[in-house]
Amino acid sequence: MIFKVFAKDELTRLFEVLSVNRVVGPVQKGLDRKNRPIYSFEVVDNFDDLRLDYPSTLYPAKRYFLPFEETLSSFTLESGSWEKHVDYNVYQPQVMFGMHACDINALNKLDKVLINSVHPTPYYASKRRNMFIIGIECMPQPHCFCRSMGADTVQHGFDMFLTDLGDRYFAEILSSTAYNYLLKIKTMEASETDHQEYRQVVREKSSKFTTHVDTTDLTKILDMEFQADVWKQWGDKCLSCGTCANVCPTCYCYGVQETVDMNLQAATKTKQLYSCNLIDFAEVAGGHNFRPEAHIRLKYRYYHKHRGFVEAFEESLCVGCGRCGESCLANINVPEVIASVRYEE
Amino acid sequence: MVEKIAFVDVLKDKAVDDLLHDLSRFEYTYKAEITNVYPLTQTERLYQIQIKDPDERNRFIFRPGQFVMLELPGIGESPFSISSSPLRRGDIELCIRGVGNLTNFLARLERGAEVGISGPFGTSFPVETMQGQNIMLIAGGLGLVPLRAPILHVLEHRSRYGEVDIIYGAKQPSELLFTYQYEMWRKFDISLNIIVDKADESWQGPVGLITETLKERIVVRNAETLASNTFAIVCGPPVMFKYVCKMLTEAGLPMQKMFVSLERRMHCGRGKCCRCNIGSTYTCLEGPVFDYWTVMNLKEAI
Ligand SMILES: Cc1cc2nc3c(=O)[nH]c(=O)nc-3n(C[C@H](O)[C@H](O)[C@H](O)COP(=O)(O)OP(=O)(O)OC[C@H]3O[C@@H](n4cnc5c(N)ncnc54)[C@H](O)[C@@H]3O)c2cc1C
Ligand code: SF4
Ligand code: SF4
Ligand code: FES
Repeated sequence: MIFKVFAKDELTRLFEVLSVNRVVGPVQKGLDRKNRPIYSFEVVDNFDDLRLDYPSTLYPAKRYFLPFEETLSSFTLESGSWEKHVDYNVYQPQVMFGMHACDINALNKLDKVLINSVHPTPYYASKRRNMFIIGIECMPQPHCFCRSMGADTVQHGFDMFLTDLGDRYFAEILSSTAYNYLLKIKTMEASETDHQEYRQVVREKSSKFTTHVDTTDLTKILDMEFQADVWKQWGDKCLSCGTCANVCPTCYCYGVQETVDMNLQAATKTKQLYSCNLIDFAEVAGGHNFRPEAHIRLKYRYYHKHRGFVEAFEESLCVGCGRCGESCLANINVPEVIASVRYEE
Repeated sequence: MVEKIAFVDVLKDKAVDDLLHDLSRFEYTYKAEITNVYPLTQTERLYQIQIKDPDERNRFIFRPGQFVMLELPGIGESPFSISSSPLRRGDIELCIRGVGNLTNFLARLERGAEVGISGPFGTSFPVETMQGQNIMLIAGGLGLVPLRAPILHVLEHRSRYGEVDIIYGAKQPSELLFTYQYEMWRKFDISLNIIVDKADESWQGPVGLITETLKERIVVRNAETLASNTFAIVCGPPVMFKYVCKMLTEAGLPMQKMFVSLERRMHCGRGKCCRCNIGSTYTCLEGPVFDYWTVMNLKEAI
């Protein structure tokens, strides 16, 4: 790996160089009920709009890779015959300017199911491969438990990763594209002092986690506690609203719908992200529902993330970003649910 | 960032790279024609569907137990078990019950209509492994549909299998599927045992639950061959296969020699939408055919 450092104002230059492309980054998007700022990944035209020190965003950057609604194909219909047209909906490369480690880890997890699998999906792959990702180091918030999920640092899946060292950035360079871009601004080789300061920042980050999840033997414990009452207790609170999947950077499930245009000459096949907490997720024609109750659906969500995915890929489908807990009106959150299943409350 | 956008263009070129090939297959649909359609019962119709392009038709190889996604542009896409012989390749038969949006629309189509097919998807019954042994094919209701592909395979390779039992239960005689083929199956030295829940005037066979017929056949085939020399394929509603598999297990048939086909909601058939998950197992990838041992280990399967 190659490390460089550059002065803070050089980042503005880098932004300008990159901004011939579409740049997406964290910006402040208003205030919530308690007057706290809300941050969001938006298209950014002006470097000064970027809030690179953002604590976390309400929504992940998922919609730039997996839009909530996406056209899979369209059809032209003509007297009993049809033609199918497929468009992967990539019109330009995008730059993700300032993603946290958890969100990049989330993409790496999505890659496993969506690209490195039997039927790789081109809609995601084409967007993912046409991204230039700049990661940025962060400080843990009270709801963050990424460290417990092994997602507080990221090894791959980005182009360059920045750590704020006060007056300069420490840059980890992963791709040749990133290297070439850095040739356009003034950088220096990272010195021993830089290394030390970098390690200091990492140490500080590690010491600041307040929320932890014990994942030891979790797959087995989930199996043993499949019938446990705690699921029912959490399920009774759950509103089956699907918000948790909506804000989750690793949730990818969906439904497909086809519609015919008014003039009967064209049709569209659309995919919409869904949530396994919604009531009809596993309902089949004729009305039978394989998961009729809220607690069964909630349990399924945890099983998929913390057991099934672990079984398949030896890692969990949760990066510990804490967004689902922050957004849930019923205050259902991963650390408490897992602790209760482990009987640690 | 010129080197990055190249990806999209390469995709259109159908380049050599496997991943790119697979990516471009994702939303690919074979154009197919409904060459014939006829009612089997009040609610089920048999659709003969032929992939139009002769090369594609010939390259469409499937194994008994696999399914296709049938697409009606503008209406939807749904999974259906292939009910015809694998030897016929892309000239397939689907037996479909009208139950919802797509299936009811389909019932209004006439022969000549153009539909889309993708697949084949999913796991299959291991008919090669079953060679040299006895086979029990047990179906309840619509379960005969996925069973018909292995039945036809066995008929076409009759010398490779030992004793073959088909045990088939339906609610009433009017719901029996593929009645016109029973004579032929019997002529191929297959023991076909049919039982209905409720008889009508025309019905002369046994009346009762499928487990009663199964009990008789278990006695005929005896515990020794069941334990050492028999495979079973069981298709039907969950309550039915649960009882049947339990009986077979008690009769000595090893769990890993019993195969069932499970049904779940599906929106992609490609392991992406998660709608088909049982616990966290994708029915469309790791199923629909599972051995009973696996089913027993799947949380929320039965
Ligand atoms: C592996 C497999 C094989 C099948 N084989 C057959 C068969 O040979 N013959 C047959 O008649 N039926 C079969 N089914 C069931 C068939 O897929 C449903 O009857 C069909 O999807 C209903 O679609 P619809 O649009 O008419 O109903 P709607 O209620 O309008 O359903 C809307 C959508 O929900 C999904 N869906 C609803 N019910 C089911 C279901 N039971 N299974 C899967 N997806 C569902 C589909 O994506 C469907 O397009 C099979 C299902 C599976 C999973
Ligand atoms: S866990 Fe919370 S956010 Fe998720 S569906 Fe239930 S109530 Fe909604
Ligand atoms: S499950 Fe919750 S904590 Fe885990 S990645 Fe999804 S939103 Fe973040
Ligand atoms: S049908 Fe979509 S994942 Fe199985």
